[in-house]
Amino acid sequence: MSILIDRSSKVLVQGITGRQGGFHAKLMMEYGTDVVGGVTPGKGGEWFEGKPVFDTMRKAVETTNADVSLVTVPARFAADAMMEAADAGLRLVICLTEHIPVSDMMRVVSYCAQKGTRLIGPNCPGLMTPGQAKVGIIPAMVAVPGNVGVVSKSGTLTYEVGFAMKNAGIGNSTIVGIGGDPVIGTTFVEVLEMFENDPETEKVALLGEIGGSAEIVAAEYIKNAMTKPVAAFIAGRSAPPGKRMGHAGAIVDGGEGSAEEKIQALEAAGARVAANPEEIPGLLS
Amino acid sequence: MKLHEYQSKFLFRDFGIPIPEGAVATTADEVREIAAELGGVVVIKAQVHVGGRGKAGGVKVAKNPEEARACAEQILGMDIKGLRVEKVLVDPGADIEREIYLAITNDRGAGRPLIMTSMDGGMDIEALNRERPDAITREHIDPILGLQGFQVTYIASAMGMPRALWRQFGSILRGLYRCYVESDAELAEINPLVITGAGELLAVDGKVIIDDNALFRQPELTAERDDSDELESERQAREAGITYIKLDGQIGCMVNGAGLAMTTMDMTKLYGDADGIGPANFLDIGGGATPEQVATALRIILSDSNVKCVLFNIFGGITRCDEVANGILTAYNEVKPDVPMVIRLQGTNAPAGNRIISEARIPNIMSAQTLTDAAKMAVAAVKEGA
Repeated sequence: MSILIDRSSKVLVQGITGRQGGFHAKLMMEYGTDVVGGVTPGKGGEWFEGKPVFDTMRKAVETTNADVSLVTVPARFAADAMMEAADAGLRLVICLTEHIPVSDMMRVVSYCAQKGTRLIGPNCPGLMTPGQAKVGIIPAMVAVPGNVGVVSKSGTLTYEVGFAMKNAGIGNSTIVGIGGDPVIGTTFVEVLEMFENDPETEKVALLGEIGGSAEIVAAEYIKNAMTKPVAAFIAGRSAPPGKRMGHAGAIVDGGEGSAEEKIQALEAAGARVAANPEEIPGLLS
Repeated sequence: MKLHEYQSKFLFRDFGIPIPEGAVATTADEVREIAAELGGVVVIKAQVHVGGRGKAGGVKVAKNPEEARACAEQILGMDIKGLRVEKVLVDPGADIEREIYLAITNDRGAGRPLIMTSMDGGMDIEALNRERPDAITREHIDPILGLQGFQVTYIASAMGMPRALWRQFGSILRGLYRCYVESDAELAEINPLVITGAGELLAVDGKVIIDDNALFRQPELTAERDDSDELESERQAREAGITYIKLDGQIGCMVNGAGLAMTTMDMTKLYGDADGIGPANFLDIGGGATPEQVATALRIILSDSNVKCVLFNIFGGITRCDEVANGILTAYNEVKPDVPMVIRLQGTNAPAGNRIISEARIPNIMSAQTLTDAAKMAVAAVKEGA
């Protein structure tokens, strides 16, 4: 078991003929992910590494029976691509794209909810169930199969912590990058709930950052409903208020969303919070 | 991207929202002319991207054109929290009966637009929210459907808007919602929206912030950008596609990825704070980290004279550490920094990357294995140099 993806997931890549999309589609296939094809409007009928390329998601899903899609198209086309995937009836849509306008994301999140499609991201590194499948850009070398679930707002910080766990002999059930944008499809709480219900996940690492209140909501869930131990790290203790720290969502606004309040809430909920992400493997063992 | 008050209000006017008939000036003579044309009492307001300009003396009331000119001479060129006032807005004085707050913003938690309004406007909404949250009426909008008629009535009724003003208020609220949507605003705020002695509604002050990620489809608003509040180094970085934010510490940080960049800053503070040492900047070099990008980033970091050490923290995933190492050496030879540098390469091809760095045998370059070691070494280097 794992959450969200495994070796049976059939994956389409939206933007597979693009530089980014093609590069990562190939790495995903090498990892063992069942990439069944791709979609690029205007390039239907072409082939990518032996997989068919379609003009539309409807046609692609009808032909391949895919249940998961990875969106790698540029920001100005990404909202449309996500809604097309939801319209085509996919179970799960993962969007890597950064710099999507918030107004677009509010419509997309609302539309995906109506269609019953789970959206991960945008502005995220995607998912990996080590040893089975990865959908996104998480490097193969950062994790091995195991029992710790990881949920994170960040990319390279996740690799850092995954790698530290691997070096400490700790493996992962699934790694989920939910993204650092202000409006995202799947939040910390939803992923924590999936880990709580996943028999293969025994412990969870949560990597948050300044901005918004998703970590506070997660702390409430940990306190009220979680039986599995959680170790956490919150990035941005040294960030000044009112400045956007790279991620569109990483801003302490009107005194809200600071690292301190998140750390306090998580500690009060019983999570072990690391001051240094390299301490996370120690907190999990 | 922040709009000035005058830009915000002129934008509101395009959406049918009544605003005072003022004009913008850059000289005291222009202010006198505008005041003469408007007649009567005028308000002269500094147009700078900082809060609290009233308290700083950036807003003055004048009874006649000569007084207006004198006020303008004081305000134009004055320094408000480090920003020079280049422009003022000259508005006719309003006959204020009551001040109302009205704003539309992105509610990130709910993933929906949120309308917030209060009959107790004029003051800072964050303070009002802390002290009397019940005085604010809140209504979420379905982002697909948009603002509905029943919601307009609900808001007017719930906030206690006098019935005689419902029609006018509805027209302003709809206009503001259209303005928020069509301008890709993350905040469209009227504070105060005034009920005048004549019983009319008037948007006396306004603030609009445009979503930076939507500027590609807002060419007209983008052309109005005033980046005078941005540091030269931050502007250079933005134009090079690097995210850089200057801070007050001594350790310049160069990192790939925003979350890891914040974490690296935090580590320098964790191990340096006791000695007053911390991060000099946030810098996310992005995915590629080519020699050119590394050199540009290094120049930007070193343009800050507080920097006593540069800490590289690169986690190579798709990025290969050997390529990054070559990039760092190329940049080093170009920039020739005289401060020590701590380099920590981890992930894909890290051993090869570290070998390249150590074989270059540059005296002021040190290699670190872990992030913890790297942060401690950088802190020690600053202490030694002090």
